Amino acid sequence: MDLNERIPNNVNLANDKKLQRALEKWLPNYIDWWREMGPDGFQEKDVWLRTAVDVGSEGWAHFDYVKMPDYRWGIFLEPPVPDAKVGFGDNYGRPAYQEVPGEFRNALRRIIVTQGDTEPASVEQQRQLGKTCPSLYDMRNLFQVNVEEGRHLWAMVYLLHGYFGRDGRDEADALLERRSGNPDKPRILEAFNQPCDDWLNFFAFTMFTDRDGKYQLSALAESGFEPLARTCQFMLTEEAHHMFVGDTGLGRVVRRTTQLMKEGDVRELGGIPLDIIQKYINFWFSYSLDLFGGEISSNSADFFAAGLKGRYKEQSQYTDHSAANEHFTMMVVEDGRLQSREVPLRNALNELLRTEYVKDCEKGLARWNKILTEAGAIERLYLPNPRFHRHVGEFAGHNFDLHGNLISKDEFELHRSEWLPTVEDREYVRSLMHPVTEPGKIANWIAPPAAGIKGKPFEFEYVRL
Amino acid sequence: MINFQTAPDQYHHWKLNIDGSVATLSMDVSEDDTLNEGYKLKLNSYDLGVDIELADAIQRLRFEHPQVRVVVVTSLKPRIFCAGANIYMLGTSSHAFKVNFCKFTNETRCAIEDDSRHSGRRYLAALNGTASGGGYELAIACDEIYLVDDGNSAVSLPEVPLLGVLPGTGGLTRLVDKRRIRRDRADVFSTLAEGLKGKRAKEWGLIDDSFPTSKFQEGIDARVEQILQNEAEPVRGIKLNPIGVEQTDDSRNYKFVKVQLHRDQRYADLTIQAPEGDQPNTTEAIEKLGDSYWPLRAFRELDDAILHLRVNEPLVGLVCLRAKGNADAVLAIDKMLAANRKHWLVREILANMARVLRRVDLTAKSFFAIVEPGSCFAGNLLELLLASDRSYMLNDPEAGETSLAVSELNEGAFPMSNGLTRMQSRFLADPEKLAKVFGDQKKFDVEEAEELGLITFAPDELDWEDEVRVAIEERTSLSPDALTGMEASLRFAGPETMDTKIYGRLTAWQNWIFQRPNAVGEHGALTNYGKPTKAQFDYKRT
Repeated sequence: MDLNERIPNNVNLANDKKLQRALEKWLPNYIDWWREMGPDGFQEKDVWLRTAVDVGSEGWAHFDYVKMPDYRWGIFLEPPVPDAKVGFGDNYGRPAYQEVPGEFRNALRRIIVTQGDTEPASVEQQRQLGKTCPSLYDMRNLFQVNVEEGRHLWAMVYLLHGYFGRDGRDEADALLERRSGNPDKPRILEAFNQPCDDWLNFFAFTMFTDRDGKYQLSALAESGFEPLARTCQFMLTEEAHHMFVGDTGLGRVVRRTTQLMKEGDVRELGGIPLDIIQKYINFWFSYSLDLFGGEISSNSADFFAAGLKGRYKEQSQYTDHSAANEHFTMMVVEDGRLQSREVPLRNALNELLRTEYVKDCEKGLARWNKILTEAGAIERLYLPNPRFHRHVGEFAGHNFDLHGNLISKDEFELHRSEWLPTVEDREYVRSLMHPVTEPGKIANWIAPPAAGIKGKPFEFEYVRL
Repeated sequence: MINFQTAPDQYHHWKLNIDGSVATLSMDVSEDDTLNEGYKLKLNSYDLGVDIELADAIQRLRFEHPQVRVVVVTSLKPRIFCAGANIYMLGTSSHAFKVNFCKFTNETRCAIEDDSRHSGRRYLAALNGTASGGGYELAIACDEIYLVDDGNSAVSLPEVPLLGVLPGTGGLTRLVDKRRIRRDRADVFSTLAEGLKGKRAKEWGLIDDSFPTSKFQEGIDARVEQILQNEAEPVRGIKLNPIGVEQTDDSRNYKFVKVQLHRDQRYADLTIQAPEGDQPNTTEAIEKLGDSYWPLRAFRELDDAILHLRVNEPLVGLVCLRAKGNADAVLAIDKMLAANRKHWLVREILANMARVLRRVDLTAKSFFAIVEPGSCFAGNLLELLLASDRSYMLNDPEAGETSLAVSELNEGAFPMSNGLTRMQSRFLADPEKLAKVFGDQKKFDVEEAEELGLITFAPDELDWEDEVRVAIEERTSLSPDALTGMEASLRFAGPETMDTKIYGRLTAWQNWIFQRPNAVGEHGALTNYGKPTKAQFDYKRT
């Protein structure tokens, strides 16, 4: 097959025999995976999708109808910066790594595999959602997110194929073999094994979990391994849309709920009450915080020292790129109570990145609360304390309330149904999920968007069923 | 730079005297001819320079004086045989140097035993005076030990009580393994600084006999005569000429061995070249060719290159081995050697090759064998691949034939320290593989080699460059100490022998003790040796 024709790219695929050989074998497996695990029931439908055919402002957002298996997943890296240097860590100022330094091969491979594993995982988690879409507009957004997660998988696979030899090819194959939620071959990170089977979950996922992706990609976009940095820089342009889907999606749910609150009992009127929305926030926010890794981490220190993974906006936010002698104060549980501890900054970089993430999430909450304020509601949505409901890091194994107070397990269990979605909550939300596929129509539990896509109106036939 | 090449007319510390079937190797250490500043070699104590000469003498006995049946090892210093390794030298040396020093001296003592075992030369230690520490360890490497009974001279291993370290040249192991001395007596002996004299030493088996001063020479002569009763081969030796070497800043090139150093990347490429042109096909022709015969010359060069890398290039942590040339030429050599292995020179050549290969096994550097088209890892050179920690073989059918080949020499001519062949050690789990490897096929292409488990990785042409580069970078980034320990643990699977115990156990313990404050700390025993202050120990046992 003519791979160069089929795969839009700016990595000189036409002349890269190694990459061609690897992709020739991997591509059919990928298409098989997509057909088996991609959106269920809509593979042969025309979807109005954005395809990146170039990295320039003209090329990266090319819109047209396409059947998803025919989507032109491409390989794009930001154009190289001449004379790039390692921007932080112990090798600061040295020429950026254009090849994988043998010393860091295993660490880099692990970083790339972990990131890469999340991309197909989310497609798998979301594969049934098309059947219950609240509108064609939302269905199209779902599929856009899905194909782009697929492309992000390609981006990571490109790195594995291009730079990690046989081990890399094996890892790329394994990315297609693991399955979200499958106990025998689960995805690597726990948030990606959680079911995402209703649209409230989907919006919360794209709001909170994809936002973790933004921060991980930002930290990797600083990498001294230049192909990784340039790959992640381009991925970030696409990631923005995913968070837009989550942020505005939840906002539209909030808007509709406020309307129904004025009309009467939200539940009776077929809307999603604020307390359920809050519980979904609590659930996905806390699972997404786990994705940043342990608060005190030797990996974070090693990755930073080696120049592999930087801080958020390392170049624009910081002047000291060594971070070797600084400290970071954080709360930890010691002797059964919360105490502050000073740890070397390099060991606290996961926590630092998490702090940036939390700030970003708060902006989303402010937007939703503005909707509530404008509607005259006194209720407010909020983020739980980052210690709440954690399964990774210092706070795993301890119990905290929504304000971050250390409490007993019994006390936590007593309040669990107030704080986290119950089976009944989930069933209720699921009971609302009926497909609305007529152009211009929308489900009762969500408000329509303020605008359509790329100048098209909301009524546009985004998916031809 | 330390030079491992020498010759009897350049010796400072030894006299080698040949009288028919008897060689006398006399130690007469010149105090001031030291390898480094800061110590004097009093009382026939030695440093690496002294041992390089000893190793050379043993090598020359085997090749240049094959008619010799008995070697008397003695001293020209009155009432002193040898006081062992120089303590001040050890005190002022870096850890790495101490380790390499001990390793080389161990190899030299094993070479004495190798000569005795394979070539039947009998080594008599004629202790005309006290043999302490390394002095007694030299004696115990000989087949028989005779001590002068002058009421004063003793044999001793005073390292533990006096220096807080171990006798590092096989002494402890040989007491119980070679001389089979009871462990409780060995325990007493090894903690008794002044050692044991004639009668008791004989009773305990530390020596074979003792003679009064006036009868000492007579006693030795009589024993020599007795040994010579057995008939000897009337053979004439060959000359071991210096092996020429061209040294530049980043290379060291011999006729068949080329070393390219990449110091900034902490590795070296070592390439050994197969023989070219006509090779002798009779033993007479081999004798005529002497030391320029490929298997002798190439392996002497390899030996020197390995020793050079060990001692003079401590930063080089990885050696990438390549064999270049015609594999059939290598196999033809093996065929010739195998057919004539009873001939004295062929036997010595094979024994030398085996020793050099064991030197590779025992080198604290990583080895990767790199197999590309035009390579000749066949027969004796295949041993280098098997000695390597890993091997990478290019899988590219278009680049030309790349194969491995075995010869019958791989089946036993080059035993490792553990007494097994490298092939046996490799296939411990799967001895049936040996039958396949040594079946009729003999030659294996890359896929067969991978399938059989002869190689580690077989990247194809697209992956090759990257895989090898990354493997090198990755290897040289790891802790050199951990790698040394790991490699030494993995290389010698299977049974233990006296040699493996000496290198793997005694040496490892010694290297640990050499690092401990009780030896080398401010108040350590080695630090305080010869000073008015007494050692102070941290008495906690580990």
